[in-house]
Amino acid sequence: MSTKLTRRKFLGTSALAGVAATGLPHIWLKDESLYANAATGSEIDVGVLSSLTGPLEVPERSLSDAVRMAIQEINANGGVAGRMINAIVEDAASDPKTFNEKAGKLVIRDRTITTFGGYTTASRLAVRPIYEKRKNLFFFPTFYEGSECSSNIVYTGAVPNQQLYNLVPWMVNTLGKKKIFIVGSNYAFPKGMAQVAKTLLEENDAEWVADEYLELGETEWGAMVNKIKNSGCDAVLSNVVSGPSIAAFYREFKNQGITQTEIPICATVATEIEISSMGNEFAAGSYSSLPYFQAITRPENKKFVADWKEFNNDENAVTHDPQHSSYFGVYLWKQASEKVLNAGEKLTPMAIHEALRDIEFDAPGGLVKTHAENMHTYFTPRIAQWGADGQGIIVDEGETLAPLPYAISGEAEGNLYCTASGLDSSKL
Amino acid sequence: MIESVFLGLSVASILLLIALGLAITYGAMGIINMAHGELLMIGAYCAVLTRIHLGFDMFMALPVAFVMAGATGALIEVFIVRRLYNRLLDTLLATWGVAIVLQQAIRLEFGLVFFGIHIPGLGSGLQNTGIPQVLQGSWQVAGTNLPIFRTFVIGIALIMFAVTWWIYYRTSLGTQLRAIARNAKMAAACGVNVKRINTIAFSYGAGLAGMAGVLLSGFESVKPDMGSSFVINGFLVVVTGGVSSLFGTLFASGLLGEARAVLAIIYNDVLAQAAVFAGVILIILVRPSGLFSPKQR
Repeated sequence: MSTKLTRRKFLGTSALAGVAATGLPHIWLKDESLYANAATGSEIDVGVLSSLTGPLEVPERSLSDAVRMAIQEINANGGVAGRMINAIVEDAASDPKTFNEKAGKLVIRDRTITTFGGYTTASRLAVRPIYEKRKNLFFFPTFYEGSECSSNIVYTGAVPNQQLYNLVPWMVNTLGKKKIFIVGSNYAFPKGMAQVAKTLLEENDAEWVADEYLELGETEWGAMVNKIKNSGCDAVLSNVVSGPSIAAFYREFKNQGITQTEIPICATVATEIEISSMGNEFAAGSYSSLPYFQAITRPENKKFVADWKEFNNDENAVTHDPQHSSYFGVYLWKQASEKVLNAGEKLTPMAIHEALRDIEFDAPGGLVKTHAENMHTYFTPRIAQWGADGQGIIVDEGETLAPLPYAISGEAEGNLYCTASGLDSSKL
Repeated sequence: MIESVFLGLSVASILLLIALGLAITYGAMGIINMAHGELLMIGAYCAVLTRIHLGFDMFMALPVAFVMAGATGALIEVFIVRRLYNRLLDTLLATWGVAIVLQQAIRLEFGLVFFGIHIPGLGSGLQNTGIPQVLQGSWQVAGTNLPIFRTFVIGIALIMFAVTWWIYYRTSLGTQLRAIARNAKMAAACGVNVKRINTIAFSYGAGLAGMAGVLLSGFESVKPDMGSSFVINGFLVVVTGGVSSLFGTLFASGLLGEARAVLAIIYNDVLAQAAVFAGVILIILVRPSGLFSPKQR
């Protein structure tokens, strides 16, 4: 055992020390000193992470654009307490692995204090460890299956209770449907939704005649639609995801001669994007339950739709639920950041996160609010019926619903499972 | 029950159109063509583009798609596949590459985006075509309603099978093709122009895939990666039926299509898919050269 300093050992150690001292210092630091620039510099760097190429380009590009539009508006109106926002846009190429790599790049190299992005649950799960480990902040805009409690993600999309608590009673009481066929893609989200829906159906004295699943992305719907036709059901609750699969489902429904007046499809995932991609005539007469539709008649929304068309320089550009959530997420973030700056504190991800609790914003689709405990969003639930022009008509608008991400496991407003101190797993 | 058998037949018909092309290229020419699904996609885009720009309906799109996909197939054969005969694995890799290039080219609006040219209707997103009025609705057999469009799909597949069978067994082109399949060098020695016959056969198989694409556009949205899943199912059919037997292909596509649809209706779709794959594995284990393999001499 010699402690003699060999040349090799010396070179190795000094190289390592050199790297640590000059090359990549921020890798070793996890505290606020990392965001020194953000706290004092003139611009605030934020990341925008969506798939600009690959199969998910169509929906995700609109999310990236919505964030950029909000940033442009905020900058034009004086920025965040006088400071401009600088968006660093990254392409995640429809690949969860790329999402993870690009998130790492945004957090570690670009030192952004917040990232707006993601679309699928796979993409959120791919980036989540980075934001949790680096104590950074991620805004996720899509409605999703819930059952998540993270202190580094802000969820600006709906959770199952905000799409089903209004839809199921409405199907039974207003449409007068008693026998519901539940259909979905074979994975976590549709199965969770089906579980919540079944409880609601029982509470409303209706029954479900079947609970069936098709492979994710499957486009051969012949057998399933045949089953629906012969099941004796009087309405379909669809939790089918992925645009091509939804489009093939509605097409087959019409091709097999079922009309939406006989057996209406009530969907939780069909937004304007899915409807326009399948051909409007196939969806005409069906229903969707979401917090936001382009057809909302508030003047704020009409302005939003017009601004969106102008921003894209395209008369046919459509607004849709996750795009709306991407947009107002930036405004919630702006208000929280101003709260931090006005209090004279350093602008760090976790300071913004703390300031976000109970922040309200009058979004184009109505008032939204960040839940103080679980960092999800309060929404006004809405049901729309699709017309032959690809636009919805709002047929039902409920009272504002608090987000209950664990509604699937029995969470209720008086008994929260996910609180500011984290998930109480004893309640699951 | 009539309805489920009928559904199975229509699923089988699409499979048949895809597998016929593969049966020729894989069975007779010894090429694994992974770009077959993309030729199908090109056919489907022909339906979309001719509808937008020329006002064509599905009937008129079918021959256009046959020609366009066939021409693309001929180009692939002349520039790539021809240089790789007798190198089975290399053809797999090369055509897979072609498949990726074709998919991304469509996603980039046929690659013309590099030159700032925009083709309306050929976006990166989902496209859709309608079904002609006469094919909508259903007709009745023994008290059950059968969709007309699915009947039309079955009809087209059977006609194209008959045409293929006639070419294969009743024309001199078919005789030459079968000679090449048995022994390419001997066929060449007997005066068969192997290169020319191969190009024609490959291009014909591609054309069939293009027609399948047009028919599929009536069921689902047209998108750049729509063909990928079908090429797998097509190979399953060819392998199950026996690589160089047209009737094997017909029988196997019927079998797999029916199994899929009937099991999906009786049990559920997820199980049906798993069962079909398990069935194919069993068949290949018991009869490695497929159900209808010609006698080896």
